Amino acid sequence: MTPLIEARGVTKILEGVVPVTLVKDINLAIMQREFIAITGPSGSGKSSLLYLLGLLDLPTIGDVLIDGRSTNLMTEDECAEVRLSRIGFVFQFHFLLPEFSITENVALPMRALGRLSSRAATLRAEELLISFGLRDHLRKTPDQLSGGQRQRVAVARALANDPPVILADEPTGSLDSLATAQVFGILRDLVTLRGKTVVAVTHDINLAVQMHRRIHVVDGKLAQFESPASVASIPQA
Amino acid sequence: MTLILTIAWTHIRHRTRQTMVAIAGVITGVGFSIMMAAMMEGSQNDFIKTLVDALPHISVTDELREPTRQPANIVYRAAEFHGLTPKARRPGIKNPMAIIASLQTWIPGALTASVQSKAVLRYARRNLTISIVGIDPRTEVGVSNLSTHMRQGTLSSLYRASNAILLGDRLANKIGARVNSNVTLVSAEGAVMTARVVGTFHSGFRITDETTGYVLLKTAQILEMQTGIVNEIRVRTSDPMNARLISERIGEQTGYKSISWQESQEDLLSTITLRNVLMYTIVGAILLVASFGTYNIISTITHEKTRDIAILKSLGFNNKTILSIFIVEAGLVGLVGALLGWGFGYFLTWGVALLEFKTPFSDDTHLPVLYSIKHYLLATGVALASSLIAGYFPARTAARLHPVDIIRGAT
Ligand SMILES: Nc1ncnc2c1ncn2[C@@H]1O[C@H](COP(=O)(O)OP(=O)(O)O)[C@@H](O)[C@H]1O
Ligand SMILES: [Mg+2]
Repeated sequence: MTPLIEARGVTKILEGVVPVTLVKDINLAIMQREFIAITGPSGSGKSSLLYLLGLLDLPTIGDVLIDGRSTNLMTEDECAEVRLSRIGFVFQFHFLLPEFSITENVALPMRALGRLSSRAATLRAEELLISFGLRDHLRKTPDQLSGGQRQRVAVARALANDPPVILADEPTGSLDSLATAQVFGILRDLVTLRGKTVVAVTHDINLAVQMHRRIHVVDGKLAQFESPASVASIPQA
Repeated sequence: MTLILTIAWTHIRHRTRQTMVAIAGVITGVGFSIMMAAMMEGSQNDFIKTLVDALPHISVTDELREPTRQPANIVYRAAEFHGLTPKARRPGIKNPMAIIASLQTWIPGALTASVQSKAVLRYARRNLTISIVGIDPRTEVGVSNLSTHMRQGTLSSLYRASNAILLGDRLANKIGARVNSNVTLVSAEGAVMTARVVGTFHSGFRITDETTGYVLLKTAQILEMQTGIVNEIRVRTSDPMNARLISERIGEQTGYKSISWQESQEDLLSTITLRNVLMYTIVGAILLVASFGTYNIISTITHEKTRDIAILKSLGFNNKTILSIFIVEAGLVGLVGALLGWGFGYFLTWGVALLEFKTPFSDDTHLPVLYSIKHYLLATGVALASSLIAGYFPARTAARLHPVDIIRGAT
């Protein structure tokens, strides 16, 4: 089976007076219906890796393949199109647009893709938000919501164009335990109920152990690559 | 498109004060541009209208188009003689009535024969050199506005006495002559006659009012001491703008020198062109300055919205969409400003037209203005274009932004 996302020898070096290597020689395949945790110490390059996998950033060396398609030769606009339709991104901070209602925020990627009319996009956005327990907040702007609610909106927005894979960078990093449980539950349901693939960076070992597979990053390199059986051996992040 | 509009509208809606300032800039620019154009073109049209009204549109004189060839040059191919007296040519247009009749067949407009002469006018021991124009009152009416410029008497008053004259009002005042005064005219040919003042006129042109007298053709012919002479045919064309072309054809047909009003007033008309260049430069500068406001707001929004732009781009919005959002914002500011500027410009023009003002070319006491949709469209076009250009640069910077740089910084 073709991996949804595949990294082949991916290295990212930031140019500068002192060049910084963010990730180094990463080889990785992400398959359908996987629920993957990316763990590792602060500053080890987890976010950087996620940006590369999500085509937000381009590798200095190596290649990222989406559905088996090399992205090295893609134009900037083609990459944007792939991000829009094939990948959903959730950041640690919700990154919602403050001037738009949460429904509009979720509808934006649908309207950008242009497959749905603006009416249909709004309906679908409302459906998604309702399914995440936000029925009473559809017309509110992000600043009127709690952190956990905003993060649920962010997940809804990531799902807007029904991509097969969601990349989440510490989606629960700034949430209390109740909100964390809710958001994590939603992500897990995406995999188990909707057949999505979810890759989430997390510091929370309790969450990591509930996921199918853990990728441990240290100094920009993959440290371990183990199966669910070896959960117990995960180092504390 | 609706998506771009939605986002653009949301951005400017949330910045009411800045947007208002930018729009006010465009309104002011467009408004003043419209007013300036209305004033400039209004006074220009007024000026040309006065000019066209006062002058014959075409004047055909008895000078030949080519100088008369002297007998020696006709006989010898190349010759240079000194001390020869040039062969005198009898002045006047030959067969003037036949020429007028033939021109009348194709020229849209009216023609009249006249005699241009000079004479010294004597009255109350004052001598003034004046231009004497011999006219035919019946056809003069169709060619000049003299009949409407009469202050005392009418053109037909010329038939009242055997030698009658109409004087410019300034001239009459200067010498103290009144209707029924008898003045003495001495022509360059030596003819002396007593003429009775039967009326005065005021054309509005100082020179004319100060130095011209109108008499009957016959009277002028006596002063010239040549029976039947006509040395000028004046033409009023139905469309003054066609005068130049018609004048050329008259010249070709008759062989006489024919000059349109455009040619005789070339200097004035080129001054008008210069004025227009000046006007459009100033109007352009006003609108350019107005576009700085647009630049300011778009550039502010793109700076404030750096994070939002990064978010949109990370979601998969392409550069073109981001660019369009901000260009549309600039366009909205320009368009709304221009449309409101129409009202402002109309109001200013209306206000300026109310001002009491003495123009040097006519007796009208109001500043002449011209309401023309052309000015409105032109100002809108320039305002929109400069807004779009002003918006383009910050928009392009925004569209090129690399989302990861912003997101890395924020997390
Ligand atoms: N713009 C940047 N310039 C220089 N170094 C950076 C920049 N962004 C990130 N880094 C460095 O790269 C490393 C990896 O960062 P990141 O991927 O954010 O790690 P993580 O998400 O695992 O905390 C860190 O050491 C960080 O300090
Ligand atoms: Mg990180």
